[in-house]
This record gives sequence, structure tokens and C-alpha cells, in this order.
Amino acid sequence: MKIRVLVSLKPGVLDPQGRAVHHALEGLGFKGVEDVRIGRTVELDVADGTSDEALDEMCRKLLANTVIENYRIEKVG
Amino acid sequence: MSFRAAVITFPGSNCDRDMAVAIEQVSSSAPLRVWHGDADLPERLDFIALPGGFSYGDYLRSGAMAANSPVMRSVKAAADRGVPVLGVCNGFQVLTEAGLLPGALMRNASQHFICRTVPLRVENAQSLFTSGYEAGETINIPVAHHDGNYFADDETLDRIEGEGGVAFRYAENCNGSRRDIAGVLNAAGNVLGMMPHPERAIEPAHGNTDGRKLFEAAIKALA
Repeated sequence: MKIRVLVSLKPGVLDPQGRAVHHALEGLGFKGVEDVRIGRTVELDVADGTSDEALDEMCRKLLANTVIENYRIEKVG
Repeated sequence: MSFRAAVITFPGSNCDRDMAVAIEQVSSSAPLRVWHGDADLPERLDFIALPGGFSYGDYLRSGAMAANSPVMRSVKAAADRGVPVLGVCNGFQVLTEAGLLPGALMRNASQHFICRTVPLRVENAQSLFTSGYEAGETINIPVAHHDGNYFADDETLDRIEGEGGVAFRYAENCNGSRRDIAGVLNAAGNVLGMMPHPERAIEPAHGNTDGRKLFEAAIKALA
């Protein structure tokens, strides 16, 4: 079972990398970019039948730091 | 009485020797060296130090992998029993990732690695680590980090401040840390995490000796 975990910074948490990329996009001449936030994608291949609870626990215990990050779990096949 | 300290080494730690040398110079006892894969710590420890470096190459997040290494379960248990635990730089990141200290350390606001000596204001001079300083005193301690930007939400910051949990603040905020926080104590006061490196300010050859009092205080607290 293929799982994709999307980890993103919580709203309100300053993202210096996103800000630098935002400036770089403006420097390239792209107009109308309101905001840039950088996150992380983790792709997992887990045994069929792995429970949602186990996936959630993986995210809470390691894949995301819930002090600063949110996560979303997607089943991709 | 000898001071029985342990310095933990993770793969990628690179300030473990500096930390061990500093502890030995100040305490006259060589600390025990513990490898991250050891499930058990030596018994009857007086002090545990988590050194700086780039444990596990900063994979995933700084300190995230080390926080889940076998030895950290024993470090948590020792901290719960009241054993003093000092985490410096990557050691601070490991302590936050392990949940032993509140908050998180993010990429510096400037995006740059910072390596220089910075002035710190001592906020809490009552802890076992800081009792050698005067509250409000300014000390100079080197920093060398890329991910030292301290973050916690307002509610957590208010709680930390209310508990006297801010040990040190940057007199000049060098990395974007919220409320200028450079070092944090847990509620019980026996766990300190700080980005600046007190072990690099021990002897005159280092340029200044402002870090020495931190180790002296911890040794005195034991006696």
C-alpha cells in the first residue's frame, strides 16, 4: 500500500525558506505570487492492512513535529 | 567526591569531545562516553550532556532521529528522576524533539549558518545550571548553528516565562528566536537546552571563560 504524507508548516509559523523562495520567484519576474510555504512529502510503502491509527502514530511520533507542523495522510494505491 | 558525568555521542555529533574536555577541566573528572545505541546509561550519573553536531546528518529535522535513538529512553528516565541534563546546540534540538523541552528549533530567519560569539542575558540565575551568574548579567558565548530559531506558540511561551523557564535570552537576536530565547529550562529545572556553546568558553585560550560558571554551578549543586 502506497502512502503519501504531506508535512506542512502550521499557519502562523514563520517560514524563512518559503520567504527566500518567494523573493527568488519575484526576482525571476513572476508577478502575483502572494505567498510561498515549503513543506515535505514522505512516501511510504506499507503492508496492506496497516491501520489508519498506525499511520497517524508514525506521523505524530516521527514524520512531523506537531509543535510546528501539520500533516495529511493520503492513500495513493 | 568525583563528578560522574556522561556525554552522549550520536552518529554525526561533533562537539562531544569539546564537551567532555570542558567537563573534565572544570570537574577534574573525565566524563563517561556513551554511544547512542546503548540502551542503558551508566548508573548513578550526576550529569548528562547531549553535545552539538549534526546527528544523523540532520535528516528529517535537526535532532529528530537522535531523539528516537535507544539511549534517549534512558535519558528521559534519568531526567524524570531529576538527573541534570544539558543539551547544547544539536543537543537542544534533540531535547525538544524528544519532548523533554517545549518548543522547536527552526531554520535561522536569515537562512544563514551563524558562527560567532553573541551576548546573552541571564534571565534565570536560580537554576542548578545558572546559579553562578547574576540575573540580568550579560555573558558572551559562541554560537554555531543553522537551525537555532526557537519557536513555540504564545500560550507555551507564556507558560515557560511564568515558570522561569527562560534561562538565557539573546541580547542581540541573531536567528529569529521568538522572544529572543536562547536557552530553556524544563518545569522541574533539571533539563537545560541552549543553542550557544558554553563548552567553547572555558579557558582563556578560548577568548573568554563565561561558559565555565555553568559547569561550576552544576558541580556545586551536586555537592
